Amino acid sequence: MEHFAHVGGQLRSTEPVGLLAPDGGLSETTDWPPDLVPHLDVTPELVRDLYRWMRLTRRLDSEAFALQRHGELGLWAPSLGQEAAQVGSMTALRATDQVFPSYREHAACLLRGVTPAQMLEQWRGVSGCGWDPAELHLNSYSVVLGAHLPHATGYAMGVQRDGSDEVVAAYFGDGASSQGDANEAFNWAAACGAPVLFFCQNNQYAISTPTRLQMRTPVHQRARGFGLESFLVDGNDVLAVHAVTKLAVGQIRSGAGPALIEAVTYRMGAHTSSDDPTRYRDQAESDAWKLRDPIARVEKLLDARGWGSPQWRAELDEECDRLGAELRDACQSFGNVELGGMFDTVLGRRTDLLSAQKAEYADFVASFDRVDGAAEAEGVA
Amino acid sequence: MARLSLSAALNSGLRQVLEDDPKAVILGEDVGPLGGVFRVTDGLSKDFGSDRVIDTPLAESSIVGTAIGLAMRGYHPVCEIQFDGFVYPAFNQIVSQLAKMRARTGGRVPLPVVVRIPCGGGIGAVEHHSESNEAYFAHTAGLRVVICSDPQSGHWMLRQAMACGDPVIFYEPKRRYWEKGEVSADLALAPAFDRAVVAQAGSDATVVCYGGMVATCLEAAAIAAEEGRSLEVVDLRSLSPLDLDTVCASVRKTGRCVVVHEAPGFAGLGAEVVSGVTERCFYELEAPVLRVTGFDLPYPPAKYENQYLPDADRVLAAVDKLLEF
Repeated sequence: MEHFAHVGGQLRSTEPVGLLAPDGGLSETTDWPPDLVPHLDVTPELVRDLYRWMRLTRRLDSEAFALQRHGELGLWAPSLGQEAAQVGSMTALRATDQVFPSYREHAACLLRGVTPAQMLEQWRGVSGCGWDPAELHLNSYSVVLGAHLPHATGYAMGVQRDGSDEVVAAYFGDGASSQGDANEAFNWAAACGAPVLFFCQNNQYAISTPTRLQMRTPVHQRARGFGLESFLVDGNDVLAVHAVTKLAVGQIRSGAGPALIEAVTYRMGAHTSSDDPTRYRDQAESDAWKLRDPIARVEKLLDARGWGSPQWRAELDEECDRLGAELRDACQSFGNVELGGMFDTVLGRRTDLLSAQKAEYADFVASFDRVDGAAEAEGVA
Repeated sequence: MARLSLSAALNSGLRQVLEDDPKAVILGEDVGPLGGVFRVTDGLSKDFGSDRVIDTPLAESSIVGTAIGLAMRGYHPVCEIQFDGFVYPAFNQIVSQLAKMRARTGGRVPLPVVVRIPCGGGIGAVEHHSESNEAYFAHTAGLRVVICSDPQSGHWMLRQAMACGDPVIFYEPKRRYWEKGEVSADLALAPAFDRAVVAQAGSDATVVCYGGMVATCLEAAAIAAEEGRSLEVVDLRSLSPLDLDTVCASVRKTGRCVVVHEAPGFAGLGAEVVSGVTERCFYELEAPVLRVTGFDLPYPPAKYENQYLPDADRVLAAVDKLLEF
């Protein structure tokens, strides 16, 4: 526990845990918070793996943003700049740990095997969620911020009752942390010791409102008031995020109760494709964060250690291109939607009202065919 | 058969559900050792344990929110909201989460969650303890909204709600909690969950009502009978979906209809019934369909509620209008 207090002390000093500096310099393990050491073995394979997922996420993000600009998607919420926070944490979970994302966790989708077509369904507007949450252990995106955090807590209460060692992970942002639901979920999870990890990506903005206007006490400090174990980490340092998440998840899995990680990161892009960040933040600020890019520093580490061969890099570039092409193809593959099916998914059994409306609408649509058919027949005659 | 109060009949329904379904859990404020403020969960925590009868923090949004998470995990939660006026903090969880999850996921995530809400006035309570907010939820796609009126319907409908697999807002008229009636536990005898029932047959006019107003309307029918008028009382039971078949069959017979509810009239359930009856029974109607409802006021302080709530006299005044039209 003394070791852990070291991490805690670092948190309370408001200095996030960081292992990999923006210049690619990796600190010596002797300088790490000791409790992290067993959770991180910096092998070439691990670094390449984390790098690969971050690159794929960035490609997914830029491709989808372009598709939105082409009018193919209704909206897109970029993950640009938050790849390390997402990849570092997701890779610290087991594939069977249920994840409750917000709506910007595109890395979570990739890592859980959501296909490009499934991923785009919601943004294209052809469904509310493209994948099966139970099959992929990944819930649908939650657009009402914070509303999913009680769901995660409840799910974790079920895990408790099942006697399982699964951990539930819920993603949210600095903005969502102001929601009543978020604070209820923190309190409730702590009160019942539910095995849930609350992962806050503090990307500095709730759309346009900076964190300093949203709260007096940082999220990770507030967490301690609720009785959650809490950690503060450099969210742009994928190695630190990975190690801290493994530490937190390990504790939760062993029955220590819920925890919260605040990952300090930066939303390098707009809030969504409808947003214009130039109205509320300075270019100088964005430029400064660009120097802390989560992917660039891993690239530097790979270079410095000679861990990324030119052939491996070329293959990864190709893989990213393939993902881009798959996304574009997926977007083109969506056909027209039929409202009729929606009447069948609202309730387990269609009500008389829904049956009547479904039939009435089908008949209304068919009436045009009848008119067209009659006109055609007349034309032919 | 046993003679039980509504509260006890609901309690026996919950007990049966907990015995039959190992995944059933109860969540709510003070539902544990206290047994709930209306004692509907009396004794359940002792017999089934605090893991299944869960005393929650005082946070309605999370009562429903965690129930959603439990349902995603395969549990069948029934939530108790302590009083009608306290459901509003859970509004987002009910309307945007509970109701929409199934459709949002293309049917992949059904949420079998029952939200029990004691509702309505008539007990002289302080503010926020006497409201009738069923119209908010009936307006929301993806929810079933039902309301029991007596011990038997309470027992059966609660068990049916837990078995139906859909989210159900389950209203219990609190002024009827202590009224007793015969209760059979045999579910095979129960009317279908989403159907109205004719509580009393009659021929001169149809009185459509639900929840706490059913007893009021039966009282009105008894008085009318003394005056030689025969009223048919239809207990809606299910507010969404609405069983217009049963209502309209009655109206076609009587030619006259009045809808009675405690909730304010404007944009209330009564308007939906009037619209449905008018559309379907236009040629059979002998008079415009009327409504007798609570007034469009905030629910008043207790000393006013006898003036605010529909009673047998107001129902009979409307019947007079129907018959004199």
